[in-house]
Amino acid sequence: MMAEKPPLENIRIIDLSRVWSGPMAVRMLADLGAEVILIDAPQTRIKSKESLELLKQAKHNGRYFPYLPAGDPGDDPWNRQGTYNDFNRNKLGITMDLTKMAGQELFKRLVKISDVVVENYTPRVMKNFGLDYPVLQTINPRIVMISLPGYGMSGPYRDFPAYGTTLEQHAGFSSVMGYPDSGPYRTQSTYADPVASVTAASAIMLALIYRNKVGKGQYIDLAQIESSICLLGELILDYEMNGRNPKRMGNRHASMAPHGCYRCKGNESWITIAISSNEEWLSLCKALGNPKWVQEERFSSQTSRWHNQDELDRLIENWTVNYNNYELMNLLQHEGVPTGAVLNAKELVENAHLDKRDYFVKQDHPSVGIRPYPGLPFKFSDIQPTYYRPAPRVDEHTEYVFGNLLGISHEEIEILISKHVIGNNSG
Amino acid sequence: MTEQVLSGIKVLDLSSEISGPWCTRMLAGFGADVIKVEDPNGGDIARKMGPFPDDIPDLEKSGLFLYMNTGKKSITLNIRSSPGLEILQKLIKESDVLVENFQPGTLKTLGIDYQNLVAINPGLILTSITNFGQTGPYSDYKASSIVDYSLSGHQFINGEPTREPLQAPPHQPEYQGGLHGFLATLVALYHRIQTAQGQWVDVSIQECMAGFHQFTITRYTYGGLIKQRGGNRYESDHPISIYPCKDGYVAVSASARPQQEQLYTLIGRPELIEDQRFATPLDRIANADAFDELLKPWLKERTKDELFHTLNEWRIPCAPVSEPEDLLKDPHFKERKFWVNMEHPQAGVLSYPGAPFTMTETPMNLTRAPLLGEHNENIYCDHLGHTLDDLVIMRGMGVI
Repeated sequence: MMAEKPPLENIRIIDLSRVWSGPMAVRMLADLGAEVILIDAPQTRIKSKESLELLKQAKHNGRYFPYLPAGDPGDDPWNRQGTYNDFNRNKLGITMDLTKMAGQELFKRLVKISDVVVENYTPRVMKNFGLDYPVLQTINPRIVMISLPGYGMSGPYRDFPAYGTTLEQHAGFSSVMGYPDSGPYRTQSTYADPVASVTAASAIMLALIYRNKVGKGQYIDLAQIESSICLLGELILDYEMNGRNPKRMGNRHASMAPHGCYRCKGNESWITIAISSNEEWLSLCKALGNPKWVQEERFSSQTSRWHNQDELDRLIENWTVNYNNYELMNLLQHEGVPTGAVLNAKELVENAHLDKRDYFVKQDHPSVGIRPYPGLPFKFSDIQPTYYRPAPRVDEHTEYVFGNLLGISHEEIEILISKHVIGNNSG
Repeated sequence: MTEQVLSGIKVLDLSSEISGPWCTRMLAGFGADVIKVEDPNGGDIARKMGPFPDDIPDLEKSGLFLYMNTGKKSITLNIRSSPGLEILQKLIKESDVLVENFQPGTLKTLGIDYQNLVAINPGLILTSITNFGQTGPYSDYKASSIVDYSLSGHQFINGEPTREPLQAPPHQPEYQGGLHGFLATLVALYHRIQTAQGQWVDVSIQECMAGFHQFTITRYTYGGLIKQRGGNRYESDHPISIYPCKDGYVAVSASARPQQEQLYTLIGRPELIEDQRFATPLDRIANADAFDELLKPWLKERTKDELFHTLNEWRIPCAPVSEPEDLLKDPHFKERKFWVNMEHPQAGVLSYPGAPFTMTETPMNLTRAPLLGEHNENIYCDHLGHTLDDLVIMRGMGVI
């Protein structure tokens, strides 16, 4: 029976996080019903005529902005940023200057009526604002606070600037990614960032469950790099056991064969195949039409196939290259072969399976229209995720947050705006 | 450690390999009582996957198994036999959560699909982790890491533009199934605290991985562009890349103008600040090869550790490309007490990665993985009231 209310409906989260790791963690909780107040610094979401003119000029000179609708800044580029809109749906938006004393006081008033604070600044920042956990705890003993800086709140690297584009390398992912004859590669998705997101969302849930039991909040220190190293444990143990660092294997596998990425018909069309048992090998042979070469001695066992992969891959690609990758995937899967079409962004968004599962969520945003965004990656039989609000436009919720939640009068709000403590109301 | 956040939560773990076990391993680390049900004939398949000490296979010494199963109890049970099923149903009755990662439809074949489970235990949370979820046209499709990477848009964008698409690091899609399963199970537990209602959680690895793009999807849904393979470069500025150095590789990530100016100065080429080839992000991307020719010789003379410290002192984000050996020696993780030493009766003392985050009130607690069937007596006799004689009979019948 579907629950009437989403599970986090009574939870209010203050989101101070930036870019990807923090915002995505909070978005997952927002999709489950938490009320999220996203606080941007006024200087990061500025609505200036000068910057608008510069963008329009650049557009006029042929510049294409890939994360703005049709590459066009339009009249309000600050509301049209695709990645911002992706990671901040279901959140209320305000801007507030935390470097000002008055901003810090407002923040404390919000902490008093909230349940969770999320931040991913470098470790010094919250302390410099006078808003670190010991302070917030005295204001609200039930508050759960999580910091997710790159290297954590302690240790020799704590103050080093860290990005997703350096953390996945430092955590050890890159050294196991690459062609057998190449150096290490970075993931084009900057993998360490979203790892920290999902880990952080879990940590917050644990703290909320604990608070339900004992009525007390707590502080969580999540070093993004450590949340990533946790996903490479077997490689750490291999070094511990055998003094061995991993090799780069391209698309191959330590025991499966064939295991690779093969060219299909057309431009940039590929398929991957991963055979883990003799049964799957026989299924593949059947799909291939049992040509003579599959009977050869060198392909007769899992071991011999593994040792003769160069030749095996060449023969398989001679066959795959005649097919459309989607067609071939469906054909092979029906024979029981683990295989996947290598989807590009367009094919991913249009994928029939994801569509059938309603994975992409269509949201209508006043500045960018209706567009699809990835939804929650798990489904509950009794909880409906909520996708009720597109990402906020600049200062969209000033009135609600300061007026309704904090009970500040219109006049006072105007004064705070004129003193640049909070942002200029929406538009 | 006495009271942990999940103390008192009973988890029955029917899963194997990586995705399900990672989920239950996280639950165990925060205090849940996890009973891992293993096949009497060799147990979890991860026990047969390496790494092994000296590469000698041993069901009790698989590094993968030891890592995936910390903090759990192990019983052996043939759930495909009717006495086995009967015992399983008793265990289900006592559980709060059941985690499984079979192909969809398997529970039904076993006679314990969600409807049956609810009949046995109405408040049960069933967490199912699969490659493509329980519904939809691919639900019966088979997959492994590289297939998950392909159908979630990662394989296409990784690797060199002139070469074949490249898989990302091993086992990560399965780990993500487990990590998302952990999160979703916590949400279901939180919901149950408030409503006393259990439910079925359906985790799709394809969807977990499809959600791990920052720019690729938006570039298409907003900009109408299809991201192509990017090699070791970044789409919106340069240098954000990996380079060889004296003793390995480093990542340099100068994505803001002040960082780039610092870098030009540091390598002794301050004139590049005024160089029109590197004036805007688009210029820097267009002239990335020319810049790399200037940067590479300077990096080649220095070690990764030297570069990591020097560039960071200059506020230019930089990191070594680490191997496991580097990580274990790194002073940062030592000072943070990240590694946890655990002694296992067969595999000995090993250093394991510790908690992914620290909590002031309810820290994670890691204890070693169980031997195959180590807790048979504890569970079957102490909990379910069987006698030691029963165990001998059940063993003889191949039930346990």
